[in-house]
Amino acid sequence: MAQVESANLNPETVLAEMKKNGVTHVVWLPDSETNWLYMLMKNDPELDLIPVSREGQAFSVAAGLSVGGKNPIILIQNTGMMESGDSLRGWCLGMNIPVVMMVGYRGYTRHGVNSDTAATYTERFLNAFGIQYYLVENDSDAERISVAFEEAQATKRPVAILVGDEYHGFH
Amino acid sequence: MFQTADMLNIFQKYRGDAVVIPGRGGRHWIDISTNEKRDIPLGDPAMGGHASFGMGLALAQPDQKVVLFDSEGDVLMNLGALVTIAEKAPENFYHFMLDNECYATTGGQPVPNAQNVAYDVIAKGAGYTKTYAFDNLEDFSNNIEEILSQPGPVFVAMKVFPHIENEPIGARRRWQTRSRDQVIEDVQQQMGVSSS
Repeated sequence: MAQVESANLNPETVLAEMKKNGVTHVVWLPDSETNWLYMLMKNDPELDLIPVSREGQAFSVAAGLSVGGKNPIILIQNTGMMESGDSLRGWCLGMNIPVVMMVGYRGYTRHGVNSDTAATYTERFLNAFGIQYYLVENDSDAERISVAFEEAQATKRPVAILVGDEYHGFH
Repeated sequence: MFQTADMLNIFQKYRGDAVVIPGRGGRHWIDISTNEKRDIPLGDPAMGGHASFGMGLALAQPDQKVVLFDSEGDVLMNLGALVTIAEKAPENFYHFMLDNECYATTGGQPVPNAQNVAYDVIAKGAGYTKTYAFDNLEDFSNNIEEILSQPGPVFVAMKVFPHIENEPIGARRRWQTRSRDQVIEDVQQQMGVSSS
């Protein structure tokens, strides 16, 4: 049982990392890789969820929150991140917004051979924008989330967490 | 239709201490505003994002009245922002929209279905509780005090004359007097936000 749990990224672990790093708002659009957080976040009175209908919107929402002194996190899928290129450029990179974006890594396979072009272009996209990223696959990787928050604050730039796991249920 | 500058001159009388995001009205507002450090002239970070930025700021600073002068081109590029604003419903957010029926900064090409879009109706349908539409300055002038005295989010569509630019972007006069970093630093200081 312990082996099974350590192979997963549990939502409680991610939520704990978000709270440890003082997240105030979650700007998000649902996807299968980060869906597991929704119920937990919705029931947390300290988090304000802001749903968007297209991922590019998330970057300008986050910029407004950040200029207003809050600490948002963006929660989207890699497909939507790629659709958001100009918003990411203008509203976060261009305005020095220190924001962490947690990105569902659709199509990710640990062995690197995949059949989903969403995965093929994800890291290439981040590299093109010069955005640092960290891969998180299970609970033992979770401390990288804090590293991302620290780096975003230090560099006043967006930093990405790539979530290489899907929903397994709550514990 | 009316002139953006004439409308902004009227708005200025009722601005109070609102934080103003002048958006596409920035080049006019810079000569009208009497409280520059509470203005956020960002130019055009990325088209379609001003409404979401304004909403984010309003949610972060609920004690500050936040006024945005958006454009119809921006709104069309991200219509979905309207439903998010309606759901979050920041009471301190006043969403004005300049509708010149064209993309003025790229030579004046018409926006899709330029003359036949009821943006106030779209905003109402998205869930804004209060919406207005003005095509003459007298009506705007008669309603602006009421608009700003009620809880937001309020949406105000306005028909304005376009100021079409045909010069290459690199040859255009820069109307901003402060850098983007300075603008943010100034408004954060005004709002009591520490820029760590």
